[in-house]
Amino acid sequence: MSSPAHTSYAWPNFGDAPRSASDVRLSVEQVSYAYSANPSQAPLFTLEANSFQARPGEIVAILGPNASGKSTLLKIIAGALEPLSGRVLLDGFVTHTLAPRARAQRIAMVQQESPLLFPSHAWEFVLQGRHAYGRSLRFESENDIIIARNALAQVGADHLSDRWMSEISGGEKQRVILARALAQQPLLLLLDEPTLHLDIGAQVDLLATLRHLAAENRYTVVVVTHELNLAAEYADQVVLLQKGKSLRVGSPASVYQRDLLEQVFHTPLTVEQGPNGRPRVNLLPSP
Amino acid sequence: MRRLTLRRLFLQCSLLAAILFVVVVVALKLGAVPVSLYGLGRDLISVLLHQTQALTSDYGMIIIEIRLPRILLAIVVGASLSVAGTSFQALLRNPLADPYVLGVSSGAALGAVLALIVEPHLALPLWLLVLLTPFGAAFGAAATVAAVYFLGRRQGQMDTATLLLGGIITGSFLSAIIMFLLTTAGRDLHGMQFWLMGDLSTPLQQSLRWVLGVGFFAAAGAIYTTASDLNLLLAGEKEAMHLGVDVRRVRLVVYIAASILTGLAVSVSGAIGYVGLLVPHVMRLLFGSDHRTLLPTAALGGAIALVLADTLARTVVAPSELPVGAMTALAGAPLFIYLLRRGAA
Repeated sequence: MSSPAHTSYAWPNFGDAPRSASDVRLSVEQVSYAYSANPSQAPLFTLEANSFQARPGEIVAILGPNASGKSTLLKIIAGALEPLSGRVLLDGFVTHTLAPRARAQRIAMVQQESPLLFPSHAWEFVLQGRHAYGRSLRFESENDIIIARNALAQVGADHLSDRWMSEISGGEKQRVILARALAQQPLLLLLDEPTLHLDIGAQVDLLATLRHLAAENRYTVVVVTHELNLAAEYADQVVLLQKGKSLRVGSPASVYQRDLLEQVFHTPLTVEQGPNGRPRVNLLPSP
Repeated sequence: MRRLTLRRLFLQCSLLAAILFVVVVVALKLGAVPVSLYGLGRDLISVLLHQTQALTSDYGMIIIEIRLPRILLAIVVGASLSVAGTSFQALLRNPLADPYVLGVSSGAALGAVLALIVEPHLALPLWLLVLLTPFGAAFGAAATVAAVYFLGRRQGQMDTATLLLGGIITGSFLSAIIMFLLTTAGRDLHGMQFWLMGDLSTPLQQSLRWVLGVGFFAAAGAIYTTASDLNLLLAGEKEAMHLGVDVRRVRLVVYIAASILTGLAVSVSGAIGYVGLLVPHVMRLLFGSDHRTLLPTAALGGAIALVLADTLARTVVAPSELPVGAMTALAGAPLFIYLLRRGAA
């Protein structure tokens, strides 16, 4: 691991001890973004300077109401969008300047899938993750098959291998999509609302799998989610966004303040401490 | 898990090549003038041994001088249309895309007609003149794809029905312009009508054969280098990007190469429909939707289909002839409707 060349910033709301530069893998440095339909107009959407850092094995959750800029921030981290200012460093590389293949070997993205046009088996789908490693005509090697099979096993989906993607349930499909991301053997695993459309059991299952994978394979995980309690339970760090602005970055316990969450999400709620020391949010019925 | 290997691909292609060979032999034998299989074999062998003077009869001349070039033309045109159709289907993420249905063939025909009209007024060297019609057709094809692509987008989303409707309307509009141009230019309308329907009966100039052959292998080869990227592109643009596909480069290569293939095919044979639509579908059913197998099998399948169609076009109303495009439409249109009703496969 090359050590990223950057200056350290002051972290006003940082809950944990400051990170030393050497074990930081992902460093989001003052990135901002502005989107407007027409360059001469005032931007319709802005993402103000955001910063945080993450180490291998860490899970970062990006929280915030709709249109707060969560997905935009994730796209910038993935290198799919060039930030207006600032930069995202992954092991010292600026993500948006990486070539597509080099980027896919380091960063994997799990997002809501476009519908498939032609039928595909689960194992064929997972093999797509090996694309960035192929040569010339990219016939998959025996090694690619082994990696794909392991990826399926790691998410507990080996039994789905020979099933059609169109015939498996939403929760199973999300596992296969996660397996494809693992087959990329990434350093950084990004997930955009992975628990959407999943029942509560499948949600907990998926997050527990992520927790386990991050610890086991030393992935750095960044997940965009609406599930406050799941994030509190599984994330090491939380980034709370509101209207494109990061209000607070830190451990769930330091970010989950009743008045802060009420103000951001516009709903009355209480925050209590769970048995394992992690905060738990309860919604209160509106008066 | 059964992964794709070079060996499996080779077996599939050999199977289709063998079928193509049988079809070619049958096509050589059938026609207005009957020829025995024995005479056919003897004549073919003497040609292969460069003993053309040993051709025993007029029949031999018919086979070698008329039927064989026409069959070779059908092979290259069929393969071109089929590979172009496969590419457009992947590029536009639309399983019903095809050069003919999208109006791209009409665009290519318009380009070719314009090239034919301006040709006498240009003092170009001969080698450039030969390239002018195919180039005009390829340019017409590329411009039409771009136009139909923008017509088919609604709020940044590709819509299957809008795209097809846009293609069909563009096609009829362009055909009307071709009619207008031909009438004012005083060309033989009956012959042109034949050409617009798709026709393989006009023999090619020697130089154009080279352009066609080299152009086909170059363009199809370029598309084949992106075969594995196309698989991912079909799963969606943003997914493909995150999996390491250089989306812009792949789209550009496939767009240009598929336009060239369509332009080449149309400039030598007119607008032959449905080959580019149905052959890839059949190949997908037989061999799966992986473009590394789909592209070569579609090329061979397209060749087989067009040789068959042209043989039928030559023989069903012999000694008269149908345009081969009428043959492919007779078989293709009902199948197209079936696929449309089944929910775009």
